Amino acid sequence: MVLDSKLPEGPIAEKWEKHKFNVKLVNPSNKRKYDIIVVGTGLAGASAAASLAELGYNVKAFTFHDSPRRAHSIAAQGGINAAKNYQNDGDSVYRLFYDTVKGGDYRSREANVYRLAQVSVNIIDQCVAQGVPFAREYGGLLANRSFGGAQVSRTFYARGQTGQQLLLGAYSALSRQVAYGKVKLYTRSEMLDLVTVDGQARGIITRNLLTGEIEQHAAHAVVLATGGYGNVFFLSTNAMYCNATAAWRAHKKGAYFANPCFTQIHPTCIPVSGDYQSKLTLMSESLRNDGRVWVPATKETAERLRKGEISVNDISEADRDYFLERKYPAFGNLVPRDVASRNAKMMCDEGRGVGSTGLAVYLDFADVIKRTSAEAVSQKYGNLFDMYAKITGENPYERPMRIYPAVHYTMGGLWVDYNLQTTVKGLYATGECNFSDHGANRLGASALMQGLADGYFVIPYTIGDYLASTPPKPVTTEDPAFAEATAAVQSRMQQLMSINGTRTPDDFHKKLGHLMWEYCGMSRNAEGLRYAKQEIAKLRQEFWSDLKLAGTENEMNQALEKAGRVADFLELGELMVDDALDRNESCGGHFREEYQTPEGEALRNDDDYAYVAAWEYMGDNQPEKLNKEELTFENVKLTQRSYK
Amino acid sequence: MAGSNPNAKPMNLTLKVWRQKNRVSEGGIVDYKVKDISPDMSFLEMLDVLNEDLLRQGQEPVAFDHDCREGICGSCNLFINGRAHGPEQGTTTCQLHMRKFSDGDTITIEPWRAAAFPINKDLSVDRSAFDRIIQAGGYVSINTGGTPDANEIPIPKNIADRAFEAATCIGCGACVAACKNASAMLFVSAKVSQLALLPQGHIERKTRVENMVAQMDKEGFGACTNIGSCAAECPVGISLENIATLNQEFLSAKATSNNLA
Repeated sequence: MVLDSKLPEGPIAEKWEKHKFNVKLVNPSNKRKYDIIVVGTGLAGASAAASLAELGYNVKAFTFHDSPRRAHSIAAQGGINAAKNYQNDGDSVYRLFYDTVKGGDYRSREANVYRLAQVSVNIIDQCVAQGVPFAREYGGLLANRSFGGAQVSRTFYARGQTGQQLLLGAYSALSRQVAYGKVKLYTRSEMLDLVTVDGQARGIITRNLLTGEIEQHAAHAVVLATGGYGNVFFLSTNAMYCNATAAWRAHKKGAYFANPCFTQIHPTCIPVSGDYQSKLTLMSESLRNDGRVWVPATKETAERLRKGEISVNDISEADRDYFLERKYPAFGNLVPRDVASRNAKMMCDEGRGVGSTGLAVYLDFADVIKRTSAEAVSQKYGNLFDMYAKITGENPYERPMRIYPAVHYTMGGLWVDYNLQTTVKGLYATGECNFSDHGANRLGASALMQGLADGYFVIPYTIGDYLASTPPKPVTTEDPAFAEATAAVQSRMQQLMSINGTRTPDDFHKKLGHLMWEYCGMSRNAEGLRYAKQEIAKLRQEFWSDLKLAGTENEMNQALEKAGRVADFLELGELMVDDALDRNESCGGHFREEYQTPEGEALRNDDDYAYVAAWEYMGDNQPEKLNKEELTFENVKLTQRSYK
Repeated sequence: MAGSNPNAKPMNLTLKVWRQKNRVSEGGIVDYKVKDISPDMSFLEMLDVLNEDLLRQGQEPVAFDHDCREGICGSCNLFINGRAHGPEQGTTTCQLHMRKFSDGDTITIEPWRAAAFPINKDLSVDRSAFDRIIQAGGYVSINTGGTPDANEIPIPKNIADRAFEAATCIGCGACVAACKNASAMLFVSAKVSQLALLPQGHIERKTRVENMVAQMDKEGFGACTNIGSCAAECPVGISLENIATLNQEFLSAKATSNNLA
């Protein structure tokens, strides 16, 4: 199959306008004859479900949570970018577009990113009209801050809870449509398979998480807004329930999976404190504006520190290595996320890490507290300092924070064309679930922007183009494909329940996470990746022969839910490794040790790897087939990043 | 300084946990022992340890709701030693850490208790009543697109800040669990206040408050008797003032109703 990204012709600034004119429309009185399934109720899903219902379509919205408001979009802290140029500081749609393509290390599609920058301004208007309480200046207008190294202030925010406020806005729009009867809401319902009829998406199979009942749902089109797959790593900043099952099931039914190895590691998270650790907590990267990152200058000092023989405040200035300031004098502590993360890992690999595990570096606020005051620092970062103190039991005003990188976001996802349609007709993917806009690295405050852009302003236009060429006849679950998919889901549940081995789902998940983190994490090499591939295959076999569960599949059974998700992670993990092995270059979040500059920076290979790797499922135990979508850059000049 | 203290002593605890098979069956307290609990663990990680032990022994793990484990999604909802979200002020269950307990402690863990929150299983309850209250009017009735430029709606900073404070409710239901009447007034008032403060919400303010309160009553939540346990136990500090605003909005709507339908 040739990948057709369906990019519109013409100058970049006119593509979206032209495309909106060229797509087919569905007659207003016909819209109510079409049913659309939306899976996931985070920013991308709730905004899509509400907007599609407002247009007149019948929407069925699914979430595995008890309420749409629990989706993990809620935990985003920093903010949302938009090219409003309210600060008169030189921002524009073109600049946001340019920054995003460059930040993505030139592995995203120009046309998609330009559209994202264009609709970013509409998102802010929409959210304000909904009553989202963004931060404001004393004059009553909206406040902005600069974020993630951007040279303009284009980030809108609601204290450290921007994701929460945006999600509650989308949730309110969704709730309104539920009240109108245009959205039927299915909570505690987990999608376990996609149903295709004659190669077109025709519905989904779900499990009611309260009763265990397997249910069939038919529609004219299906939208997946099911988030990212960061939890492959077991420990990440993702919520506990985040998983790849819906996307992975769709992949096995024909949707290509793009750039799975592109994962983002965030440098400022609270480090792991023990084996029992269930998740990692992000500390906003704004902390690096004032905090100084360091480790002890020698291994010996670090060891004495870890043993508790000395305390951090005993270490003299001469005995400290402010390694980011030393190596990157121009950017210092503000180097991009991937550079900061990799350097922290290097220090710990050298044996100079701190904390009881040795897997942490210091983020020190002593200088800024001395220069200003503890009160001034509290004004700026109070809630973050409180959160740190709550989790670690340490006072960051008196001793430096300990931080370590953690998996935070996945740029890869289901391959979609310009319409956000996957390689399965009638199946769409929005938000973190797709791969389209962030290339090999996502810029700060861009995830919220993309989720809402897709849901409010892209899918409502593009899905009509498909539906207009689909007859408005009622769809049912009578096709044998539904019965087949249901039987497959049921038999998988029974299979999981009947293994009766000795190890829990978490046990396997932790092992997988460890392999992924060590060999397919912040830095990768061919040898390690090949080893991980073997080990994952072994682990998968052990999973299917030694899994232990309790209870039955016909009731609420959280361990069974977990087991199904881990089974899919065990397959996706291997594809991530394959993808990392294929990409013989370093770019963005993907750092292959074999491909670096003499200074140890990422070395891209634009001649051979300026493509999207779209993987095609070929059947159980078959290697996946790599399809390439070549990327062409007509507007942005490809350069090597440098932060020296 | 437990976080970096390698000598922090592990604890042994007795847990008294509410177990209930499903919505219709009867439940009861079951005792469990957990050993070698690190003071650095979160409360839910301590329950993870219990559940891993139970599963390895072939017993059903304790069902409980949780997700983000960062205190923002509102999923977790445990009634610990008689208090919603446990002993630490302004903290969700997931952000409560075991260093707040001592070796040898007995800890009682129950689900939220309210007629409007039926128990699904063990510690998991059904809070969909909250969603239905929001569906009754917790929004501004605008469609996607066609909205004015964001800066055409200036809002004084102090008003915007107050609206934000009200909007930070995480919908966990601790207010209901803490209230002797199982009243949902704090939850409802937070949304009513947010939208009553903002100009965007003014057009529908009367119908909104009437419809949301009607739905709240229909769901079987109790009446408010101004005790204030809700605000005292709220993990994100939603203020009792919001209830005053709700009452004011409700009375004024009733007196001058434009809800003609």
